[in-house]
Amino acid sequence: MASTHIVSAGKAQRKQGKSMSGKKRARGSWLERYSALLVAAALIGAWQILVPLSGLSEFVLPTPSAVATRMINDAPLLAAHLYVTLFEVIVGFGVGVLVGVPLALSIFYSKPFERAIYPILVGLQTVPKVSLAPILVLYLGYGWAPKIVLAFLISFFPIVISTVVGLQSLDKNLVNLVRSMGANEWQTFFKLRLPAALPNIFGGFKVAISLAVIGAVIGEYVAAERGLGYLQLQANSLFDTTLNFATVVTISLLGVILYYIIDVVEARVSYKRDDAK
Amino acid sequence: MNAIQTSGAAVEISQLSKVYKTREDDDVVAIERIDLQFEPGTFVAVVGPSGCGKSTLLSMLAGLVSASSGKIAIDGDAINRPHPKIGVVFQSDLLLYWRTVLDNILLPIEIKKLDLSKFRMRAEELLEQVGLKGFGNKFPSELSGGMRQRVAICRALIQEPGLLLMDEPFGALDALTREQMIMDMQSMWLRVQNTVLFITHGIDEAVFLADRVLVMSPRPGRIDLDLKIDMPRPRQWSKVHEDKVYHGYVRQIREIFEAKGVLVAH
Repeated sequence: MASTHIVSAGKAQRKQGKSMSGKKRARGSWLERYSALLVAAALIGAWQILVPLSGLSEFVLPTPSAVATRMINDAPLLAAHLYVTLFEVIVGFGVGVLVGVPLALSIFYSKPFERAIYPILVGLQTVPKVSLAPILVLYLGYGWAPKIVLAFLISFFPIVISTVVGLQSLDKNLVNLVRSMGANEWQTFFKLRLPAALPNIFGGFKVAISLAVIGAVIGEYVAAERGLGYLQLQANSLFDTTLNFATVVTISLLGVILYYIIDVVEARVSYKRDDAK
Repeated sequence: MNAIQTSGAAVEISQLSKVYKTREDDDVVAIERIDLQFEPGTFVAVVGPSGCGKSTLLSMLAGLVSASSGKIAIDGDAINRPHPKIGVVFQSDLLLYWRTVLDNILLPIEIKKLDLSKFRMRAEELLEQVGLKGFGNKFPSELSGGMRQRVAICRALIQEPGLLLMDEPFGALDALTREQMIMDMQSMWLRVQNTVLFITHGIDEAVFLADRVLVMSPRPGRIDLDLKIDMPRPRQWSKVHEDKVYHGYVRQIREIFEAKGVLVAH
């Protein structure tokens, strides 16, 4: 019920946003909108032109076109390893959400729990999770398990902390308002606390998904038989710099695509606070 | 449920006290043994400086804060939690930014799990009455401060509350918007004629709007003056400032504040 409401609000807003943007602003906003893409294209273009001019060999620094060609030619190979990494990332992140959000709720609703657990969590966040990778391999072997655990550990903290912060930063007067309407805590949560915290929660998800990719790949660096991290090490040992770069680009694309999937989900579920006044 | 209905609630407050415990042993008495009766359909304003307990009084009526001792009853019903006959307007509009204006107004209906379709018409009507016809599908961020507070008032009125509580509702608005809101408030209330408790810092708006002004002073929160405002309605904001009767009331209230040291003459 609550979620359908939020969805419809988001839709209506987008419609209005379209009708409001006048034609005068359109050209300026077009440039603004694609400025990052244009800069990226310029940098890649410069790279493409400068590599042959500099006399560097393909071994040291392949051109973007060579990397792109290799990605197309070796697409089945990259895809096979991509699926492995993707699986590890999704499961690690998914478990991070499934554990992180309920834990954040417990911290929010229970003072003793908050006092006992929250400082420990914040403290643990300073442990570089990556340094746990060798230990995890020691315990869990060469399969996907240590990568999933690493992706989970690394994505779990931002999810918990951003959810707690989102829930805690709610204006107390808003709680009084819905209570004065006779709302119970269940209604207060779904009509007020959750929608108000969603921008924070999704902010945490976005940080977490990017970190989960890093976690999975690092796990593969340490010990693996499959996955993009493993493929990259292979390319490295064969001095296949082009494949090495192709793998890096694939890993980056994986991160970017997952990030935007969360962005799309957020746009459907949540409505960003408009404070630009 | 008729669209326009005179259904003011009677309010009875007896021996009401509120003491806040502090960490040290000196407790703060916010309200001390107040006795009050509101006739159904009267507009009661409470004026007083910050910390005089007027907001505490409102919170207790809203059922958000429990009394330390004493009783509050609305139409004979004791209040110890939020009561369905009561609507509240706070100082800030407290609109939910992810909901449209219409969905904000219908929030109390949703929370009480009533039939939304029955109240949609009423919400549109209220919007029209406050001069916001056709704004139902806008988002709060597209509205000015005054418009937002109007929406908040519509939200409080959607269920035709017998008692409307207003906690410095125009305190966050700029001076001109505030004047307009004061005038509009009167016409709105003349249509609804429910019981209103209107808390404010503004002596002018209290005298202009109310049938009865209660003057409070701090520590302990007590009512120093219970002033009946005998001026015909509708009152006109532009003319009232030349009205001797109006100024007489304002002077009486100021004198209390001067005697209590709330206002210091130089």
